[in-house]
Amino acid sequence: MPGTNPKSFFLAGFRDCSPFILIVVPFGTLFGVVAVEAGLDLIEAMAMTMLVIAGAAQFTAISLMQEQAPVAIVLLTAFAVNFRMAMYSAGLVPHLGRAPGWQRVLMSYFLVDQAFAVSLAKFEREPALTMPQKVAYYIGTAVPIASLWVLFSLIGAVVGRAIPPEYSLDFALPVCFIALSAPAMRSLPHFVAGLVSVIGALALGWVPWSMGLIIAALLAMMAGAETERRLKRGVA
Amino acid sequence: MITDKTTLWIVIVLLGIGTFLIRFSFLGLIGGRDLPPWLLRHLRYTAVAVMPGLIAPLVVWPAATGGIPDAPRLIAALIAFAIGIGTRSVVGTIIGGMAALYLFQYLLA
Repeated sequence: MPGTNPKSFFLAGFRDCSPFILIVVPFGTLFGVVAVEAGLDLIEAMAMTMLVIAGAAQFTAISLMQEQAPVAIVLLTAFAVNFRMAMYSAGLVPHLGRAPGWQRVLMSYFLVDQAFAVSLAKFEREPALTMPQKVAYYIGTAVPIASLWVLFSLIGAVVGRAIPPEYSLDFALPVCFIALSAPAMRSLPHFVAGLVSVIGALALGWVPWSMGLIIAALLAMMAGAETERRLKRGVA
Repeated sequence: MITDKTTLWIVIVLLGIGTFLIRFSFLGLIGGRDLPPWLLRHLRYTAVAVMPGLIAPLVVWPAATGGIPDAPRLIAALIAFAIGIGTRSVVGTIIGGMAALYLFQYLLA
């Protein structure tokens, strides 16, 4: 059993999120390589990776700018890719909403997929955690991952060699999200939500601005909540 | 090549600010206010509602094959999911999923 001071919760968060170093290292490196190949200098590449800390949106913005897309299109597309983070933000409110304002600013800046999923799972498993313990745990999941993202973007930009396509690195991204969501499938409502999410995202793949994912996610949340309500009433 | 550095800096700064505001949205504005039970019930499913939908198109229509469904990727995703459910191990899921992909790429080549 870990201690009860914030430092031990920070370390626990770091430990629970550390497997995702396997994903962040190759993708951070890839971003650095892609950014330099697209014509960004070191300062520009690092400014982007440090201000944005969101891989998918960064890759999207770079590729659209290379195609000389208008600024508004670049921004709107990248924001659409990041829109899921508004849902993460909402998902964390029941657990971290009462933290002091400056801590919420800091936690929002570092809100990445891995930190959200790992922290939420912990907070739901252990509802008795105090606010400082939750904040310390969350920072432990988020800051090391975000820092490694920045560090390996730098290494990629300087070294400039990506992992060759034979290694099918593209598949590391879905595998990462499978590793994040499979352990969350711990009850029937969670399964129903996951299934609706998959079917919805595939069926709505044609919707522009990545909004198909957002619609599918809202439908999936409703499906999960409704299944839970019926199970509690004993109707289902 | 991206040659227009003014545009680039506009994108970098606005994308940074906008992404922060998306992340801060609910956590910042709702903060410590109490949420109604029906909303809390929906929010419990945020993770499982977003992430599977994020994965599915990447697995079914991978960019690496030009968006054509690819048997090794589909099989490997199912194996990774099974490992994830069974073991709840992140490292096991990632390594198992990538190993399954390489194995079926070799077997089905």
